Amino acid sequence: MAVTPAGPAHDMTDTAPEFPMSRAARCPFDPPPALRELQEKGPLAKVRLWDGSEPWLVTRYAEQRAILADPRVSADTDRPGYPSKASSEAGEGKLSFIMMDDPEHARLRRMVTAPFAIKRIEALRPAVQRIVDGLIDDLLAGPQPADLVEAFALPLPSLVICELLGVPYDDHALFQENTRTMVRTTATPEARSAATREIAGYLSGQLAERFTEPRDDLLTGIAGRVTAGELTHGQAVEMALLLLIAGHETTANMIALGTAALLEHPDQLALLRDTDDPALIASAVEELLRYLHITHQGRRRAVTEDIEIAGQVIKAGEGVIMVNETGNRDPRVFDDPDRLDITRDARRHVAFGFGVHQCLGQPLARMELQVVYGTLYRRIPTLKFARALEDVKFKHDAFIYGIHELPVTW
Amino acid sequence: MKVELEADKCVASGQCVVAAMDVFDQDDDGIAVLLTEEVGDDRLDDVKEAIAVCPAAAIRLARP
Ligand code: SF4
Repeated sequence: MAVTPAGPAHDMTDTAPEFPMSRAARCPFDPPPALRELQEKGPLAKVRLWDGSEPWLVTRYAEQRAILADPRVSADTDRPGYPSKASSEAGEGKLSFIMMDDPEHARLRRMVTAPFAIKRIEALRPAVQRIVDGLIDDLLAGPQPADLVEAFALPLPSLVICELLGVPYDDHALFQENTRTMVRTTATPEARSAATREIAGYLSGQLAERFTEPRDDLLTGIAGRVTAGELTHGQAVEMALLLLIAGHETTANMIALGTAALLEHPDQLALLRDTDDPALIASAVEELLRYLHITHQGRRRAVTEDIEIAGQVIKAGEGVIMVNETGNRDPRVFDDPDRLDITRDARRHVAFGFGVHQCLGQPLARMELQVVYGTLYRRIPTLKFARALEDVKFKHDAFIYGIHELPVTW
Repeated sequence: MKVELEADKCVASGQCVVAAMDVFDQDDDGIAVLLTEEVGDDRLDDVKEAIAVCPAAAIRLARP
């Protein structure tokens, strides 16, 4: 190492790299090369965000899990040091409990955990299978090429979360379009808050109907909490908004991205197509969650008390970003991590996060993906890209990674 | 071996149920409950998997 001249410890060459980083154009399924380089150097690195702030990036699996499970970090976006995703993030209000800390987080979260319990989700499997079969029938009866996102990947989770919440699916254009704006990194703050307001207004109306006309749905349950004085109307709307958005946007992208990845790995696709073993299908879902990782902006927290990790003190008031896509490709945890292998045991991945904020809807997401991956390729064995992979538009410009359009033929 | 569960830490992710269906279940709110406190060697690997995936570190193994 060169002798450091007297003067400031950090010269120009030490400037923190910008985050987020770009993926290599040829590897749309792999984490950005610059992220991997940082991971090789060590578990922690400083990065620079759009607003000039310099939070810590946590690149390795063990340190990510340790910090995500640490009560000295906060998910509250208003905390000093919280690494903000974009200028449009400010001034939007909170997306319910995912932006809160315990005990309030736990109090609100527990109000909506019941429908996501494993047995309740399993009871929905036949209905989800029927929806999947119906969508595939329609796809096969329609013209080619078809956009798999529009015809299948987006409608399925939207239909399911609408059913669960009790929101009429006929209104899907309203929430799908506004969600698209809300998750676009390039949207102006005005556009983002207008989109948020529009869906919030819509859900507020839906909730209001439940006060006079209770039904057997999740919105009625949430409305009941308002009546009982446990939630304000505003908090109830935020909660409904969170469930609606998280329920369709994430799974839709996993379906499209997972299909694209499998089409690029025909040996793995063949394994899945030729099996009806639920264990192999479940293992494929875990492996694709590990391999793809759609929440590519990292899980963000503000540190509220000094934390020592990997020999470094992260101070109160500093931000931390856990980049789970490199955590899930950490060679210390997963052998040959860049190989897509649906037979491996990938269950320890951090695609749903870790700690108290770990995804609430994961049993639902898993079940939907199991039905999809277990059905789609078996029913359409000749499924292929209608376009070269280079011409498929990936969502580099969204908070949730995925594919804008996936034209396919069969 | 004895399994211990700290239910007040549980965040109702359901991961333990997926990993070891005959050891863990969930109550009406999704909070984990133990179906048995003693696990034999045949179920030890599943329980260890549940411990590894539990996001709330709510599960432990204790010597009898
Ligand atoms: S895995 Fe942990 S957090 Fe999830 S349900 Fe079981 S005990 Fe609760």
